[in-house]
Amino acid sequence: MSALLEVRDLVKTFGTGDAATRVLRRLSLTLEAGEMAALLGPSGSGKSTLLTILGTLMKPTSGDYTMLDQDLIAAGDAELTAFRNLHIGFVFQFHNLLPDFTALENVIFPTAVREGRETPTARARGRDLLVRMGLEERINFPSVKLSGGQKQRVAVARALMNGPELVLADEPTGNLDRVSAMQVMDLIAQVNREEGTTFLISTHDEKIADLCRRRIVVGDGLVTG
Amino acid sequence: MLYALKIATRYLTASKAQTALLVLGVAVGVFIFIFMSALIGGLAEFILARTVGDLSHITIEAEAVDPALLITPEGHVLAVVEKGRARTASLPDAETFVPLIAAVPGVKAVSPQITGAGFMTRGAQVSQVGVTGVEPGLESAILDLNGYMTQGTARLGSGLVVLGQKLADDLALRLGQTVRLQSSSGVASVLKLSGIYETGNGRMDESSVFVSLSTARTLFAMPQGVTRIEIKLRDLNAADVTAPRIRALTGLDAVPWTDGAAQLMEALDAQAQTGYFLKTFALITIVIGVASALLLSTYRRRPEIGIMRAMGAGRGFVIFVFVTQGALIGLMGGLSGAVLGYLALLPFPTRDAFRAGTLPLDITQGSYGLAIALTVIGAIAASILPARAAARVDPVTAIGQ
Repeated sequence: MSALLEVRDLVKTFGTGDAATRVLRRLSLTLEAGEMAALLGPSGSGKSTLLTILGTLMKPTSGDYTMLDQDLIAAGDAELTAFRNLHIGFVFQFHNLLPDFTALENVIFPTAVREGRETPTARARGRDLLVRMGLEERINFPSVKLSGGQKQRVAVARALMNGPELVLADEPTGNLDRVSAMQVMDLIAQVNREEGTTFLISTHDEKIADLCRRRIVVGDGLVTG
Repeated sequence: MLYALKIATRYLTASKAQTALLVLGVAVGVFIFIFMSALIGGLAEFILARTVGDLSHITIEAEAVDPALLITPEGHVLAVVEKGRARTASLPDAETFVPLIAAVPGVKAVSPQITGAGFMTRGAQVSQVGVTGVEPGLESAILDLNGYMTQGTARLGSGLVVLGQKLADDLALRLGQTVRLQSSSGVASVLKLSGIYETGNGRMDESSVFVSLSTARTLFAMPQGVTRIEIKLRDLNAADVTAPRIRALTGLDAVPWTDGAAQLMEALDAQAQTGYFLKTFALITIVIGVASALLLSTYRRRPEIGIMRAMGAGRGFVIFVFVTQGALIGLMGGLSGAVLGYLALLPFPTRDAFRAGTLPLDITQGSYGLAIALTVIGAIAASILPARAAARVDPVTAIGQ
């Protein structure tokens, strides 16, 4: 395996002066392509901040971040937006689907926004992904009418739509019952195995972490294990 | 950008009641704009029709020739020929020019006339009058004499006279009776009263009399030519453009009605300015309405904007989504308002049928296209601020909400 991404000496400070809070303290981390890693740590340890920076949604105060040999610290907003669209998928704790759109429309959003329209190819891939997620009966359902587990599976399909190298999942099963949580994790493991997509999953749940091949423990803004 | 249009449309159709209210608000603004345009335009037409409608739109008057001087070689004036009070200047070639002027585009009627002063006498009653001699058949070419007739007919002929109600009362004249008219040239004729008119203009009704051109020739001792040519246009607003054409064509001094109507033009201009203010306020209302509604939408959809940004939607895409919403609201509101305005103006009389006491709303001056275009532009401008606010949404904060 080769390094998909590498961060060195990441520092993230929120606020200034006496109110400044340093969340990440020279954190360094390397993720190999095809990994399925669990990101563990207590609340406030910096897990979400790390995911946000890795997802290029936020820039660190200092440090280096390269992914696919691209320096993502020096990149501008437009470059990061395009990079994120092509190479990074997100699954959030709360599904975060677009409420006025159907399941299929939500899934194909990342491709449609890049191509400027919903192409037949994108629709076909979106359908395939939803079928793979076991949602063939819900393809054209308004997203607001789906159950919690179904919504999260749609969110996983959306994260995979553009075939990203990295999927960042922040507590993806946090709002699901045990059965739904295991269904979602099985799907993630299946995609990781079959397509080699790298997953970094932030979780408090040891059973979820057990499904991952690597554990990364963050504490007090540093990788501790 | 087709996809941004789809999202904008989806957002608008997702909140149908809210969108309908917003479009209605814009439509009311457009309706006011159109109503004001029709009212101000109609009012101007009405005022012009009432003040200028019965006047000549372009007038050619014979230029008085300067009195002749007898001057010595040394430059001393030996004799001056005084300008004859009774003699009026004439346009000797009027007959040649009339068909030429009539052929000028926009000219509705050409009326060669002989005008002058005179005294009308009946028994011991004497009234000073202005005499206008017109060609039979052209009595209503300039002033709608036929429309003002209260008794008899406007049709003029040899030995006939038509005069105002006030003058008829002053002279105790009844239809068919005779009256003596003496011109300033000293020629007198006994004429038969064939018609009485009432324009509502007191000065005219008590001092203007109409005779046939041939009678006027006798009265003013003018066997050839006329003293003035009055021209009526299809569009009185075209006088400033048509007068120079006639001047170039004939070499005569054709004067548009606007030359002597500075005060009226100022009043109409002031009225138009008032209209602009009112229409501007209507547009401002539209802009504020659209901007506030879209700002609210931006705030409500912050989490969704955050998701879109996280999924790879650029700031330009977000801006386009919100600006498109503004444009669609403007277009729908503009079209609805224009249709509403047109339907509301339909029951009012057309500009040719304006009457005193009614609202002179001119349906042809609704500025429909302008109203729609300005509304769309205004709505787009109004959406820029909310769109920029949406594009600045921090996805991390928004998704965390």
